[in-house]
Amino acid sequence: MSTNIRKVSRFGSFHVAEARIRNMIKWAGIILFAAVVNPALYLVSIGIGVGSLVDANNGVNGVSYLTFLAPALLASAAIQGSSDEVIFPVMDGFKWNRTFFGMRSTPITARQISLGVFLAAMFRTVVSVVIYWIVLYFFGALESGTAWLAMPAALLAGAAMGAVMLALAAKIENENFFFTLVGRFVMIPMFLFSGTFYPLTQMPIFLQFFGWISPLWHATELGRYLTYDYPLSGLQLSIHICVLASMIVIGLFLSARIFHKRLEK
Amino acid sequence: MSEPLIRARGLTKTYGDFVAVDNIDFDVAKGESFGFLGPNGAGKSTTMRIIGATSVRTSGTLTILGKDPEVNGPQIRAHLGVVPQQDNLDNELTVSENIFIYGRYFGLSSSFINKKIPELLEFAQLEEKKDTKVEALSGGMKRRLTIARSLVSEPDILMLDEPTTGLDPQARHILWDRLFRLKEQGVTLLITTHYMDEAEQLCDRLIVMDRGKIMAEDSPSQLIKTYSTKEVLEVRFGSDRNQEMVDVLRPLADRIEVLPDRILLYATDGEQLLEQIAAKGIHPNTSLVRRSSLEDVFLRLTGRSLVE
Repeated sequence: MSTNIRKVSRFGSFHVAEARIRNMIKWAGIILFAAVVNPALYLVSIGIGVGSLVDANNGVNGVSYLTFLAPALLASAAIQGSSDEVIFPVMDGFKWNRTFFGMRSTPITARQISLGVFLAAMFRTVVSVVIYWIVLYFFGALESGTAWLAMPAALLAGAAMGAVMLALAAKIENENFFFTLVGRFVMIPMFLFSGTFYPLTQMPIFLQFFGWISPLWHATELGRYLTYDYPLSGLQLSIHICVLASMIVIGLFLSARIFHKRLEK
Repeated sequence: MSEPLIRARGLTKTYGDFVAVDNIDFDVAKGESFGFLGPNGAGKSTTMRIIGATSVRTSGTLTILGKDPEVNGPQIRAHLGVVPQQDNLDNELTVSENIFIYGRYFGLSSSFINKKIPELLEFAQLEEKKDTKVEALSGGMKRRLTIARSLVSEPDILMLDEPTTGLDPQARHILWDRLFRLKEQGVTLLITTHYMDEAEQLCDRLIVMDRGKIMAEDSPSQLIKTYSTKEVLEVRFGSDRNQEMVDVLRPLADRIEVLPDRILLYATDGEQLLEQIAAKGIHPNTSLVRRSSLEDVFLRLTGRSLVE
């Protein structure tokens, strides 16, 4: 018998991720095209268009508007990439093609399936973030020597949002409801109210609340701190990291539980 | 006698107030082809999921290959091949890729799987489709691929839930032929079906299930011998007259069943019974003499037909 149960119990989630990545490769052209074109469009329209106005007023935080904007756009791209890459596979796995039920009749466990989907989403997120970063670089948005540190900050945001979306997509079984709800009332407001285009402090205090619960804001603050002389206290720094890290831990923990429940009827 | 491969005692599964599987006992021996026959909702698929270690039983004991699925789920699943009622192939991937990734879930090495793929494709008659996306396959091909995929780990027990539902007659016969070959190779088969012909073709032994309970258990031929006569005469008088003919016909046959569209008369010799009826001056619109089947067994046991 060549079945290797010990190997599966250790590496099962990597096998699930492997299947997911093979799936992504079928869409590689579209994924890569979007990864390049998306940032280019934003940088031309907002970065240069709005940027020229802002820079005429001495920029933001003492840096050019592009430099201010770059960590936010990068984190936002990471969030978009990781969310797409968990939401669609989860709908597919439980409902459209029911592939998770196929995995579940092998030695793979429900927890490994949820983790595998997350790992594959992170793979896609890394690819997207690196490409986005390169485009930003060529637009001159990244001047400082520490500009590459915007990437880990963005990845942290992608991981946090991916883990939470994984749990949410698995929990909410009605996909139409889910797409309407998440698309209109989570993703877009988050993009607009997380201090992406202007410092969050420009907003009245009751609107700043959206930023505080948004992984995008926490990652953007972190990214700005890491890429230029944006001031953050040690406390602020640890809060940003803690919020993002707890989203990852709680999201993955809940996902594993929800996957287990749905795959064991 | 050696320890059975699967042993269930008092197996029960409830969902809230609903009892899906109601206190059933059965044993499956190595190399046996064992069937669960019953209408939709009889509890067959639930029983299969419990055996497949993907659903937790509410009570009772169950051992598969000497292990308890509640404790050793992954270890048991490593020895099972599962063909679910609904195909769950990855539509975006090719035929070969589907087998490949499935093999990986069992911890098989790439070299082992790659050696195995041509053999499985031949078995499933899908050699020419190996680089085709699953999306583009017909229902019968998908079904064959699902079976081929389940064999990649060389399972000890192959579990098939309604393997031919939704397939055209030709595709069904191809599939039966493939399953028969596996049976010849000594693979233990577990099959659920609501098709009596399928059960008769493939099963050495079966249990008849209805509403979560076992109604009978034996080989197909023995079940027919126990619960039915050798032959059945089917007569039709038109839907208005069927009911009024019943009283006239009842004394002539061993047993009588009235279905919405026809009357079934059970007898050892169907032709002789038909002659008797004609001698009484009764002439049905149509008549047909056939051998008893598992359908008749089910009708006798439950008072209902299998396919409703």
